[in-house]
Amino acid sequence: MLDKPWNNRAWFFVIPVLVFVLFSSIIPMMTVVNYSVQDTMGQNNFFWNGAAWFQNLLDPTTDIGGRFAAALVRNLIFSLVVLCIELPLGIAVAICIPRHGWRVGAALVLIALPLLIPWTVVGTIWQIFARQDIGLLGAALNSVGIHYNDTQDPTSAWATIVVMDVWHWTGMVALLAYAGLKAIPDAFYQAARIDGASRWSVFRNIELPKLQKVLVIAVLLRFMESFMIYTEPSVVTGGGPGEATSFLSLDLVKIALGQVDLGNAAAMSLVYNLITLSLCWIFFTVMTQLEQRKGS
Amino acid sequence: MSLVLDHVGLTVGQEVVINDVSLTFERGTMNVLLGPTLSGKTTLMRLMAGLDKLTAGTIHVHGKNVAGIPVRRRSVAMVYQQFVNYPSLTVYENIASPLRVAGLPKAEIEDRVTEASRVLRLDPFLDRLPAQLSGGQQQRTAIARALVKRAELVLLDEPLANLDYKLREELREELPRLFAESGTILVYATTEPAEALLLGGTTATLWQGRVTQIGATPLVYRKPANIDAARVFSDPPLNEMGVTKSASQVTLSDGRALTSDALLAGLPDGAYRIGFRVEDARIGPPTGATDAFPGVVSVTEISGSESFVHLDVGFATWVSLVLGVHDWQPGAAAEIRIDPRRVFVFDAAGLLLRAPEAMSVSPLAVMA
Repeated sequence: MLDKPWNNRAWFFVIPVLVFVLFSSIIPMMTVVNYSVQDTMGQNNFFWNGAAWFQNLLDPTTDIGGRFAAALVRNLIFSLVVLCIELPLGIAVAICIPRHGWRVGAALVLIALPLLIPWTVVGTIWQIFARQDIGLLGAALNSVGIHYNDTQDPTSAWATIVVMDVWHWTGMVALLAYAGLKAIPDAFYQAARIDGASRWSVFRNIELPKLQKVLVIAVLLRFMESFMIYTEPSVVTGGGPGEATSFLSLDLVKIALGQVDLGNAAAMSLVYNLITLSLCWIFFTVMTQLEQRKGS
Repeated sequence: MSLVLDHVGLTVGQEVVINDVSLTFERGTMNVLLGPTLSGKTTLMRLMAGLDKLTAGTIHVHGKNVAGIPVRRRSVAMVYQQFVNYPSLTVYENIASPLRVAGLPKAEIEDRVTEASRVLRLDPFLDRLPAQLSGGQQQRTAIARALVKRAELVLLDEPLANLDYKLREELREELPRLFAESGTILVYATTEPAEALLLGGTTATLWQGRVTQIGATPLVYRKPANIDAARVFSDPPLNEMGVTKSASQVTLSDGRALTSDALLAGLPDGAYRIGFRVEDARIGPPTGATDAFPGVVSVTEISGSESFVHLDVGFATWVSLVLGVHDWQPGAAAEIRIDPRRVFVFDAAGLLLRAPEAMSVSPLAVMA
């Protein structure tokens, strides 16, 4: 037997990280857990409420449960819609970006610009852009006879938010896809040309398979971010008209800060968090499994 | 079928990438393009395939100028250093892909793919994806794709460079045989002189976008037309020195005078470059002999059956080949002797004046 020294003191190195995570995540998280199982009548008097908040929340027949379910459906639809638009569009944009010369830099900066704008500013830009009286988009659409009013018409509101998100985030998908495309050796394109393959078959049989890995990342990032969207719709529509664009995060803020309904809000945050986490996990697992099955 | 490159040139911006290349390839021949990285081998192949447009000269196939014919309508196949296959298609579909594009009938495709996969021993892997294959199998798939096409021109661009030693030896033997039957023009680019010699055929040495010599491979090796061709065709590099002869006195570039003019015997006065290959640099312990080149060992590379000893002789570092494992430690004093009959002599412009005779194989020499 080898006489190996066995020493667990190396674990002490982990302590700073643990302390940091404790203060930055675990303690704030536990206060939320704390609220989610208690109720209060004010004066900072809390009493045990068990799983009642959670039961209410997950029962769509209750008031809060109905709101939660409706918002969850809105979130899922929104994420699905923006993913379906941004992924193909981002890939298409990436394919059109030049590969050589000074135009590369110009194109990349132009595409990255929306990503550099603070989210509230994006919201404000689009809020003004969409106004029917002075907004370029809103006024122009109405003047050509298209009924467009993002503060009264749910369809207009949804369209505005989806287009805004596409404008804001397609650049990121495009940059990721561009990096993936750049990594494909020129020999593949040459071989395809010698074969006489069509542009579509080059895309289908070379580019798309080679992009698979970056696209998994793009889907994950875009899903997470779109599922947690808050700032932009809160500035543009404030969740309206009515409840039409009230996503989970907006509803959560209304309940927690507007109605100071701490128990419901805490239960909702936790469930929201768990849903995001598990959906991401499912996405990631399914996509990497698919890839592994192909690769080995 | 013949392929004729006539004063072909390619200039990109200010840079001359291919400079006035004239080559003729006949059907059923093996042609080696030998040159270091960036010497223009790949670029020349791209021009021959029609992937890039020439900026000077013409290319004729069957006596017909092919300048205006797009790649897809030419009868060309190419294999690359990287293993290039369609990642999402199975091995079968990969091999079939050029035939499908060409619109061949199903039965014919089936026949050709089966045949190619049998020859390249890919039958057990036809349903796999390229990522599920080893490097050697991936390259076999790429070679099969080139083979089924039955192209008139097959370009192999360092096809074995990314494979391990054993696979390389195997495929290097197979490749020329595979294509020999089809009567195609085989063009094989490589950076390795040894590979060129093993492949045989005709070799064109490339140096900085220019063809420095064309000829039967062993002949080019033995009688490089100029110093550039000799350098390209020597690995480890050619040992060189500049010398000047005046009034039967030979002077080295560092001013040292040699005792005899044997190296340049019979040549008129003037400046010359002398080159000799590693096997002709006899290394030994220092004797102080006046015709030897003393120096200090800088590196010894041992490759098992042979060792390469690098000796710093002051004005250059020369390499000597010795058989077996030798214990020449860095820093050790040694000397190199040159046999005047075994040197290449180039004139000031780099043209070959004299080359060593081919060694006759005498059993006695082997015994000794």
